[in-house]
Amino acid sequence: MPLHLKRLIMLGVMIVLLFLLLKHLLTPASFGQFGHYRGKAIDEIAAHQVKFVGNTACVSCHDTIVTMKNEGYHSDLSCEGCHGAAYLHVDHPKLEKLFKPDSREFCGKCHSINKARPEKAITQQNIKDHHPEDKCIKCHNPHQP
Amino acid sequence: MTEKRTSLSRRNFFRNAGIAAGTLVAASTLPAFDAVLFAAVKRNTKGPWYGIAIDIEKCIGCGTCAKTCKIENDVPREPFFFRSWVEQYTILKDGSIKVVSPNGGIDGFTQTVPADDIEKTFFVPKMCNHCAKSPCVQVCPVGATFETEEGIVLIDEKYCIGCKYCVQACPYGCRYFHPDKHVVDKCTLCFHRVKKGLNPACMDNCPTKARISGDLNDPESTISKFIRTRNVYVLKPHLNTGSKLYYNALNQEVR
Repeated sequence: MPLHLKRLIMLGVMIVLLFLLLKHLLTPASFGQFGHYRGKAIDEIAAHQVKFVGNTACVSCHDTIVTMKNEGYHSDLSCEGCHGAAYLHVDHPKLEKLFKPDSREFCGKCHSINKARPEKAITQQNIKDHHPEDKCIKCHNPHQP
Repeated sequence: MTEKRTSLSRRNFFRNAGIAAGTLVAASTLPAFDAVLFAAVKRNTKGPWYGIAIDIEKCIGCGTCAKTCKIENDVPREPFFFRSWVEQYTILKDGSIKVVSPNGGIDGFTQTVPADDIEKTFFVPKMCNHCAKSPCVQVCPVGATFETEEGIVLIDEKYCIGCKYCVQACPYGCRYFHPDKHVVDKCTLCFHRVKKGLNPACMDNCPTKARISGDLNDPESTISKFIRTRNVYVLKPHLNTGSKLYYNALNQEVR
């Protein structure tokens, strides 16, 4: 075999070996465990912090107010839907206070008149005309509207 | 000349005819190719197979789903990128269609069209369809996005190179480029909550319970019953993405 061919074959073999070595070094260990992706990614995503802890956590301290809410029209609402995520508050109730929405716009997100809202499903009010100078919560208790 | 004559000999004719007949008989025992089966979705048979259902008739467009999703999943409030958002469709009496989604619906909706001009209007909450044959997964060049066995489409944010090809590929516009992480991000169906036995944050906080998610393999689950008893529809069914986001009472105008 001529020398130039031998050199070419050697070069080819070296390129293939280099490719295999790099592929071995650069591919994460769990890649291909379940499919064409990194198997460990599933556990990493599953380990994310849960921020909305749910009404069961609220009941343990605020039982009277949750019971009041559950007896009224807002019984289907989750506490954190209005007050925000409580994951920090349950760990540090004194330091981390939750949001207390009181603006007319906040109530209006659900209760302002919009033809797209099913009339039977939700009470609607023209928030521009209905006592515009007062906050909604002056007359309506949000936990027992 | 001699060779050509040999190839046309009686012996060769009988031999070739025998092979052809034998192949035909053997092939006739194979199951016929069925294009419908070929295109069908291969679903998980061992464990849960998650899907989502949204009841348009119950949605009041408050945007709580979009707001809670951002908090739960560390999506920056601004710029306005969304894993989950709400659109308002307004079909006017002259036949034109107006679609609005101010800030993804996170601050609520104000109807700007005069009430007399409206033929029909409704809210359409949107999110990842968790397709069983996701176009976005198929185009990823590095294997950074994938469908889990439970039918949830996820992104490996450590492996994503940020080429955004999947953002282009998603027919529902459900992916965006995360401005801080510099990788593509999308709804995980709150995989971290589902794995702990909780519902996704948007479902738990929806005030009218218009959103349901659950196991489609369990015939007794709320979502299976919902899909059986309602007239449900998926977005862009002609694309055969195997979408698992079912809408009740969806208008054909919704894209």
